[in-house]
Amino acid sequence: MKKPKKVLVIGSGPIVIGQSAEFDYSGVQACRALKEEGIQVVLVNSNPATIQTDKDTADFVYIEPLTCGVLEKIIAREKPEALMATMGGQTALNLAMELHRSGILKKHDVRFIGTGAEAIDMAESRERFNALMNRLGMPILPGKVVNDIASGVKAASAIGYPIIVRPSFTLGGTGGGTVYNEADLCPLLELALRMSMTGEALIEKSAIGWGEFEYEVVRDSFGNSQIICNMENIDPMGVHTGESIVIAPSQTLSDADHQMLRDAALKIAEGVGIEGGCNVQFAMNQETGKFTVIEVNPRLSRSSALASKATGYPIARVATKIALGYRLHEIRNAITGTSAAFEPALDYVVIKIPRWPFDKFPKTSREIGTQMKSTGEVMSIGRTFPEALNKALRSLEVKLPKEINPEEHLFPPTDLRIYALIESFRRGKSVDELHSKTKIHRWFLRRISDMVEVERRIGKEKMGKALMLEAKRAGFSDSQIASLTSSDELAVRTLRKSFGIIPTYKIVDSCAGEFEAITPYYYSVYEDENEAKPLVGRKVIVIGSGPIRIGQGIEFDYCCTHAAFALRELGYKSIMVNNNPETVSTDFDTSDRLYFEPLTFEDVMNIIDNESPEGVIVQLGGQTSINLAERLEKAGARILGTPTDGIDIAEDRERFRELANRLGIPQPQNDTATSEAEALEAASAIGYPIVVRPSYVIAGRGMEIVRSDEELRRYIHEAVDLSQKRPVLIDKYIDNAIECEVDAVSDGETVFIGGLMEHIEPAGVHSGDANIVLPAIRLSDKEKKTLIDYTQKISKALGIIGLVNIQFVVKEGTIFILEANPRASRTVPFVSKAIGVQLTKLAVAAMLGEKLPKINPKLNHYAVKSVVFPFLKLIGTDIKLGPEMRSTGETMGIGKTFEVAYYKALLAAGIRLDGNLAPNAFISLRDEDKPHVPELSENLKKLGFGIYGTLGTVGGVEGAIPIPKIGMGHPDVVELIESGTITLVINTPTKGGGANTDGYKIRRSSIRSNIPCITNISTANELLKAVLTLKKKELDIRRADEYAH
Amino acid sequence: MERERQRLRATLVLKDGTTLQGIGFGAKTEMVGELVFNTSMTGYQEALTDPSYGGQILLMTYPLVGNYGTNAADKESDHVQPSGFVIRELSPDAEHRQSEGGIHSFLKDNGVPGIYGIDTRMVVRHIRDKGVMPAILATSDSEAALDPKRLLSKLEFDYSSIDFVSKASTKKPLVFNKGGKTRVALIDYGVKMGIVRELMKRKCEVHVLPSSTPASDVRALEPSGILLSNGPGDPAMLAGAHRTIRELEGDMPIFGICLGHQLLAHAFGGDTYKLKFGHRGSNHAVLDNRSGRTLITTQNHGFAVGRIPKGFETTHTSVNDKSVEGMADEKRRIISVQYHPEASPGPHDSLYLFDEFMKMM
Repeated sequence: MKKPKKVLVIGSGPIVIGQSAEFDYSGVQACRALKEEGIQVVLVNSNPATIQTDKDTADFVYIEPLTCGVLEKIIAREKPEALMATMGGQTALNLAMELHRSGILKKHDVRFIGTGAEAIDMAESRERFNALMNRLGMPILPGKVVNDIASGVKAASAIGYPIIVRPSFTLGGTGGGTVYNEADLCPLLELALRMSMTGEALIEKSAIGWGEFEYEVVRDSFGNSQIICNMENIDPMGVHTGESIVIAPSQTLSDADHQMLRDAALKIAEGVGIEGGCNVQFAMNQETGKFTVIEVNPRLSRSSALASKATGYPIARVATKIALGYRLHEIRNAITGTSAAFEPALDYVVIKIPRWPFDKFPKTSREIGTQMKSTGEVMSIGRTFPEALNKALRSLEVKLPKEINPEEHLFPPTDLRIYALIESFRRGKSVDELHSKTKIHRWFLRRISDMVEVERRIGKEKMGKALMLEAKRAGFSDSQIASLTSSDELAVRTLRKSFGIIPTYKIVDSCAGEFEAITPYYYSVYEDENEAKPLVGRKVIVIGSGPIRIGQGIEFDYCCTHAAFALRELGYKSIMVNNNPETVSTDFDTSDRLYFEPLTFEDVMNIIDNESPEGVIVQLGGQTSINLAERLEKAGARILGTPTDGIDIAEDRERFRELANRLGIPQPQNDTATSEAEALEAASAIGYPIVVRPSYVIAGRGMEIVRSDEELRRYIHEAVDLSQKRPVLIDKYIDNAIECEVDAVSDGETVFIGGLMEHIEPAGVHSGDANIVLPAIRLSDKEKKTLIDYTQKISKALGIIGLVNIQFVVKEGTIFILEANPRASRTVPFVSKAIGVQLTKLAVAAMLGEKLPKINPKLNHYAVKSVVFPFLKLIGTDIKLGPEMRSTGETMGIGKTFEVAYYKALLAAGIRLDGNLAPNAFISLRDEDKPHVPELSENLKKLGFGIYGTLGTVGGVEGAIPIPKIGMGHPDVVELIESGTITLVINTPTKGGGANTDGYKIRRSSIRSNIPCITNISTANELLKAVLTLKKKELDIRRADEYAH
Repeated sequence: MERERQRLRATLVLKDGTTLQGIGFGAKTEMVGELVFNTSMTGYQEALTDPSYGGQILLMTYPLVGNYGTNAADKESDHVQPSGFVIRELSPDAEHRQSEGGIHSFLKDNGVPGIYGIDTRMVVRHIRDKGVMPAILATSDSEAALDPKRLLSKLEFDYSSIDFVSKASTKKPLVFNKGGKTRVALIDYGVKMGIVRELMKRKCEVHVLPSSTPASDVRALEPSGILLSNGPGDPAMLAGAHRTIRELEGDMPIFGICLGHQLLAHAFGGDTYKLKFGHRGSNHAVLDNRSGRTLITTQNHGFAVGRIPKGFETTHTSVNDKSVEGMADEKRRIISVQYHPEASPGPHDSLYLFDEFMKMM
């Protein structure tokens, strides 16, 4: 096979539940592996917070919406010879198949490299896959592919309940689930059929309770294949593997069991025709030893990212080389310098735990099952099971409810099941009882029970050297030991060190020590030999951002990764600390040294003690890293950049208010309160509406707009609970104002304004959820000047060295400052991409004492950041926006005009107004938005939409079809949405309001039907204007670097 | 119960004085052997019963051992073969449908000591850098018995001077699958049952013969082919075996596995050398030079063939260190591999070699 000269790589778009940073990681490896061969790479992704969209990663970067139409334009422009479909998750796979099926690839003479269309179809089409399994003699669960409800019901009763419903071609099991009877089957199946790209779903016998195992296979085009990693889900069948606690390697299989599954995995990879990587899932009844094939993913996946990090074997890189025609033994193992033909041997255990967003969605059921709800995950490495488990648990950074009643979480499982198991053992439950309830393998339950026994002894026995060593080897943190012994963490740390018990660091080398590793990474254990001799030379530690969660996403990992790059350029060695297996920052060659560790004070400080770096960078890893600054400094670490006192001023409302007053910068009237009485008093002084929130927040957790004493009382009750007696912050809420924010870098003298951004939605929508435009479009020159002036004053007063993000509200010519974040913000990658200047690089240079260069980037275009929400997965959550952040990911649209940029950003976020056969919009606005009805209707009509609404809203609109309120007649709006008549919903929610309101029902049904639902009048107006402008011409698609001229 | 075992202490002392103290299990005793490591993540029971580990103390690099217990089906011989077992963590209980007991009792019943709770990775890195070396492992509840100085002074052991084969080999001929379609004479230098099982699966009548069986006795059985088994020790010192093999040449096809492969090299004018720390595990890639395919193989050898005999070609090569992994002489109808096509434990990628052998017969 001839190597292609130019290859198209499709990314995975915005971060959504089920598709996270792992595809930036695999995409980056693929790009590098291609470039090494002198092949030009065309990369398309709408997500700006990705390393793959950096101009150094690919040759031609397109930050454009991931749709077939856009991709065809890019193909026509770039004329790639080949396409890699397997690096960008299900999004890229589906797009590639669409391009293939519609003949676009053929028309432009583009071929697949790596796993091809035929193999993808074989793996993804249930019918063909099942037929293949029968041919190969592979056991599968009885199942039937159905296209309608009636045949689904028939199939289910023939197979017998419980039944699992799986829609074809969807992401993270969207629309699937387990049901025990016909009544539950019907609604689920209806959803599944709608979610499926092909309108088909599989009705399958459920193997709930069986052991679940995954095999990561790589196979070359000559048929050589091997297993990179086998993993066991601690949560048995019934819980999606992305929602399960996973351990690698498998712990409960004998060699005979393992070889049986290995043989099956290789045979399946061969049968499907994989050329690259794939993931095969099995269920095994461990009482009988019988197994069954669940599915195969013919692409790189979240599991393959985990397998790569767990073993040190770069699967995406090897899969790319395979796509170019190399045989496995011809590819080099970059970790050891030996060949890539081998199966990694681990001499440790790896545990992955998902990170769920239920703290953000208190009204959503915490139950976990066959559909993904988690946003991210942590990985930990240890030499024993409890060691790895405890490290993983503290990597999660979750705040647990004060009381966990185990019975509520064991079965059906919730995100808290692992804690419920621990608590059950504390309460004296037996392994057998818990096994019969959860079906979790007894071996795991026994290990957890043993761990609880160690915990009990820590609390009971005198803490001597032997017990301390045992506790540390079982993974207990100093702070856990402190709370069990009524001591404090620093005292435990001192005692531990006095025993000479300090961690040693071991290498992840893919070969269990058999060969010397050249690019290793490390994890801590309490053993004899420390393999991490301090790195020689000038070095800096970068503290990462941990698991992807709402409010702290891939953007921070992007910044940390760039810090490693910048340090290298500046002649420093970089040491990364992080625990997220999905990301580029934890790729083995991103930094000079990687520690795969929890991000707690203890774990980070131990690394600082081991390495003695020149400094520590805390401002790039979001709230996770900045929260550690003060303690690390007190313990003797040198924090680079903004001094901790500056950080404290920015985060302490009282001190910040004093500062703003001193600088003469207006703030919305604000106060703090530590009791309900104080809060009520403050509120009456300030006047409703007010914004209330607990102090020290991450992404607006617990933030609410409150409009009455009654609401405030209720809030106080919940918030004080949330923030552990820390005060409640109260701000005047400024209605109908423009919100804007600035990302800047300062060296202490010069403040470089990276971007002055304007929110499209009015103030009150969390900045992480707002659509944002750069440059600002509604601000006057005078206002801009003032904003820049304030930014400079604040930055200097806080002593900012490095990055700062400041948020403002502009109301009738007055500029109010809302807050200053002395750290990287989530817009840093967006701004960096928009202006073509890497802000993180400037920040790192400033932190190391360099002066900022004189740069004056000119924007000849518009960039808009839009967002995506997880509502589809989190049933029960209302989708209206507020001061609490709820989006999981972001998109970027670039255009010569604002309209084009905005349209592209929304298109990339999945709001598609094109291609509807029968476009009909339903409008329902709150009273204050009703004056917009005529304009909105006019624009909708111009776009060919029919208009529906209640009489109260659309009564005055000519040609509109009035429909009854929900429950007051037929068909109502919900029925019209479900029947497919209505294809766009514009609904602005009234204040307050629970799950019983009509608005809530409308929004929910639009989400379930997968049609756009716009909840903000500004978003709607701007979008319609943009679409109208665009209707007249072709969408302008360019390389990201072509917009500047 | 495994959990209720007596708390033993244990000391492991290497020839160069490196000492590790941990928790003891298995038998309360002391044993010497050559300390080697195996990187398989499963299959500890098969390894423990593999006769090729005779005279060696076996260290598993995977830290959690004993999780799924032991059972009758996964035995490669009737008893524990290595003289000691070194692991990071011993599972206090065994959970598996086939489990008949834990590793502790298994070792104890066989009189073999074990140690856990030590930094096994440090030991592996030490051996990797310094090469395999003799070691002594003692388990006891008395301090004196565990004194490193005393143990070091007792550490007299020269692996290459000991004839392990005659100990490992069957004392009298055994027949498996009597009446099977194809008769195979298997010369037992310490055979793994996995090899016998693969032949039985292919309807062979397998005659397992003592390693000292003269060529004439072998021939008298009128077998269709001869299998030279794996086994422990230094292949260079087994002059008798070299001679027997030379005498058997020509009459019928021969298949050599591991030690059998090395003996073939010696018999026909090739030689072997000792590897620094051996190949032991189930993840080693081997290139089949004839088909161009790579195979993931199970390996357990401390020696390798250096010069292959005249008339032979190298059929299999280690992907990593390029050492000889297989050779064949078409005229003489001989094939042999350094690694373990029968797996157990390990991948089944190379079972095709048994089919090849069947075709030759």
